[in-house]
Amino acid sequence: MSAPAPRSTVRHYVSRVAFVVVVVLVAAFFALPLTWLVTAPFDASPTLTVEWPQWTLANFRSLAENPYALRSIGNSLVLGLGTIAVVVTLGALAAYALSRVRIPGRDGLLYALLLLSSVVTGTAAMVPLFQLMVQVGLINTQTGVVLAMSGGLLPTVVFILKDFMDSIPKSYEESARLYGARPGQILRHVVVPIARPGLAFVSVWVLVQVWGNFLLPFILLRSPESQPAAVIMYTFYTESGQADLSLISAFSLVFSVPVIAIYFLVNRRYGFRFHGGIKS
Amino acid sequence: MAPALALIGLFLIFPALWTVYLGMTDYRLTGLAAADPTVVGLENYTSILGDPGFWRSLRLTLVFVLASGVLGQTLLGFSIAWALRRLSGPVKSVVETLVLAAWVVPSSVGAFLWLALLDRRAGTLNALLGTEGTAWLIEHPMAGIVVFNIWVGTAFSMLLFSSALNGVPPSQMESARMAGATAWQQLRDVVLPNIRAHILTNTLLITLWTFNTFTPYLLTAGGPNDESAILPVYIYRTAIPGGQLGMGAAISLIMLLINLVIALASMRVGRERRRRS
Amino acid sequence: MSTITTRGLVKEYPGGVRGVDGFDVTIEDGEFFALLGPSGCGKTTLLRSIAGLEAITEGTLHIGDRDVTNAQPGERGVAMVFQDYALFPHMDVADNIAYPLKIRKVPRTQRRQRADEVGAGLALHGLSERRPGQLSGGQQQRVALARAVATQPEVLLLDEPLSNLDARLRLEARTFLKVLQRDLKVTTVFVTHDQAEALALADRIAVMQSGRLQQLGAPHEVFQRPVNTFVASFIGSNPMNLVTTTVTQAGVRLGDGAVRLPETAAGLVAPGDEVVWGARPEYLRWSVERLDDAVEARVEVVENLGASVLLTATVGDHRLQVVVPEEDAPAAGARGWVQANARRSLLFDPRTTELIG
Repeated sequence: MSAPAPRSTVRHYVSRVAFVVVVVLVAAFFALPLTWLVTAPFDASPTLTVEWPQWTLANFRSLAENPYALRSIGNSLVLGLGTIAVVVTLGALAAYALSRVRIPGRDGLLYALLLLSSVVTGTAAMVPLFQLMVQVGLINTQTGVVLAMSGGLLPTVVFILKDFMDSIPKSYEESARLYGARPGQILRHVVVPIARPGLAFVSVWVLVQVWGNFLLPFILLRSPESQPAAVIMYTFYTESGQADLSLISAFSLVFSVPVIAIYFLVNRRYGFRFHGGIKS
Repeated sequence: MAPALALIGLFLIFPALWTVYLGMTDYRLTGLAAADPTVVGLENYTSILGDPGFWRSLRLTLVFVLASGVLGQTLLGFSIAWALRRLSGPVKSVVETLVLAAWVVPSSVGAFLWLALLDRRAGTLNALLGTEGTAWLIEHPMAGIVVFNIWVGTAFSMLLFSSALNGVPPSQMESARMAGATAWQQLRDVVLPNIRAHILTNTLLITLWTFNTFTPYLLTAGGPNDESAILPVYIYRTAIPGGQLGMGAAISLIMLLINLVIALASMRVGRERRRRS
Repeated sequence: MSTITTRGLVKEYPGGVRGVDGFDVTIEDGEFFALLGPSGCGKTTLLRSIAGLEAITEGTLHIGDRDVTNAQPGERGVAMVFQDYALFPHMDVADNIAYPLKIRKVPRTQRRQRADEVGAGLALHGLSERRPGQLSGGQQQRVALARAVATQPEVLLLDEPLSNLDARLRLEARTFLKVLQRDLKVTTVFVTHDQAEALALADRIAVMQSGRLQQLGAPHEVFQRPVNTFVASFIGSNPMNLVTTTVTQAGVRLGDGAVRLPETAAGLVAPGDEVVWGARPEYLRWSVERLDDAVEARVEVVENLGASVLLTATVGDHRLQVVVPEEDAPAAGARGWVQANARRSLLFDPRTTELIG
């Protein structure tokens, strides 16, 4: 091999430098807004500008004293866990039935449901959903929000879980049946334990979906006592005349950390499959 | 299984059908028409189609979807995936983590982070650029929500394309390199044909999601003067604070139909890809 | 311990396909019984019908004196080892073995004790805390067997019990299975597509094809006197030579010469009859010198089997396979003589494919 000609070496370096500059710029674009999230909560007197903080944990103390902040995190948990309970129970039963029973047109049904859930989004259906909740008296209740979110998430969950159930050999259940196990026992002793990774995966997915959802609780819940963190966060910076930055910054971090943590944990374990329907 | 179908029926199928009915009434949130709505037929539709506000909103939505979704997220996502393809170690994981974090942060937090960044008086951007006093979101509201949405959503395209690029057979790339193809020629002749289906799927999904996102409302609330009132925001403002449920439903129906077209297209692409593999 | 009796048993799938098409058999108490056939012949469907995992469309099924045609699987007193063993991955070995006892509400301590007992009988000492994923294939198979026999079932069903083991382990497990069945004296039905497995293990074999019983008999009967050409070619490590030819005054025509008429066919055919002559490669004799009633042949291929070699030789237009002890092995291209054993060769009817004698 002969040494490369000088001109091509120069070009090589120029393109190398350009590449590094572009990567740094892109990283900066994504990092810049996020920086505030990690500096301001620990600053004794946070401003909107990103600065090296004068370290303190006092902001988190003021967060603990705010009556709405903690309660809203609790509300987010209630909505999340409630939706998980509804979606995972119904979704698992439906997926199990769809996976094990031969129903004509089963695949068509599944695709139709999936199509429907991507067409009838919370945004496009906010008016009828709002009106429906008013009519049945579930407006301003967390039950209403849980049900509305469950309806939207179920098709995807059924789809994911059916895929998962299909991969469980039937011989497990048949074996239990031979020893005289009743359907309930088969479900409890065999199907649920074996499907547990799938159920855990779906639960986490649902939690992440509900945790950050703004629109549905925003239109369906009016009183601050029942609103989740996503809505309270918005209220904090729009409705209080002078925004309390120590509160907002600490609240943002406490509100974001759980999903970020769950997310990176699950992402490592399940990879890209997890992103399929997230943030839809 | 029946309860699941019932819930899906109640909260997906019913709203879709109910939209059709509501869209033909003069339903209001308060007042006389709230207690006793009357069917007004296609009147809502004629008034929407005659409303310049609706057309402007539709045009803004188109710009928003094209600029932030189709162009911004797809191109940036692909470029990042391409650039990181052969990198490994800390640089790759730092960039990936940053892009993903922007995606995972709850939308109301993400929106506030941008409000802080772009603030007129104390915003970090003005401090960095030395443009003290520039109210970015008032002077350039559309550009603001477009950039914001690119920041939020690029992660999906990046992940999809990096998995697609992993699926390109290395032997094909190596054959092209041995034939003396430049990086650009490799991209054009080997990579793009291999990931064509992924590009299509990605574009359709991104279009659907960007079309349905309500998050820009958190940044500009549609303002100033409806300059960033994309369709979801327009529906919300008409129906809920505006109280005109019937009118809002009529616009929703138009939105549902557009969704249906995009979703059907993406399912067809998916089915064709499965048939070929 | 019980007999199993099927009468006119039919399993029809939606769409009219019959997996099992009219099956009559009585399996004796304590018998080791094989269902043998190529894939898709209905043997697994029949086994699953006995287990109660498939609903029987027509006919009856008795276990002992009880009519269990429509009984639930749990009520039949059967246990089954599945092809993939179906060990529950989330339970340890002891819990897996004791699972049937849990369903019967046996208290936990008694369950563990019984699981240890049964496990010890199946060489599973010290494994009771392990999960199935931490066991070797052979150990998994023994756990599945232990679970099946833990409740002392009347009938033990085995679906391809050896197919998931690698070749070396398979022979060991085969012997183990035979000893276990003999000790337990439980009526056992097993499904296999491997004729060697069926011959080695079973007291009696039912050979099946297309949902129907082809032949029922002890291994030596099925091997020596297959009732038709299907069974003849399916049984045996080296397939039986089957030659369509005619009967002559001298015997059975083969090339320019003739081999002796099979003894059992004497008087049942006349010269000029068209027949299918069948002889196993093991029962043909190869000689360099000319023998009586032998036909001249040319060696095409020589395949070494270790202690013996398998010759493929041409006689006129026909190809014959002959097993020869390795010390007598000729080279490819050599010429010699093939002689048939008249007590071990057979004639079949070319139209019905059935055994003449």
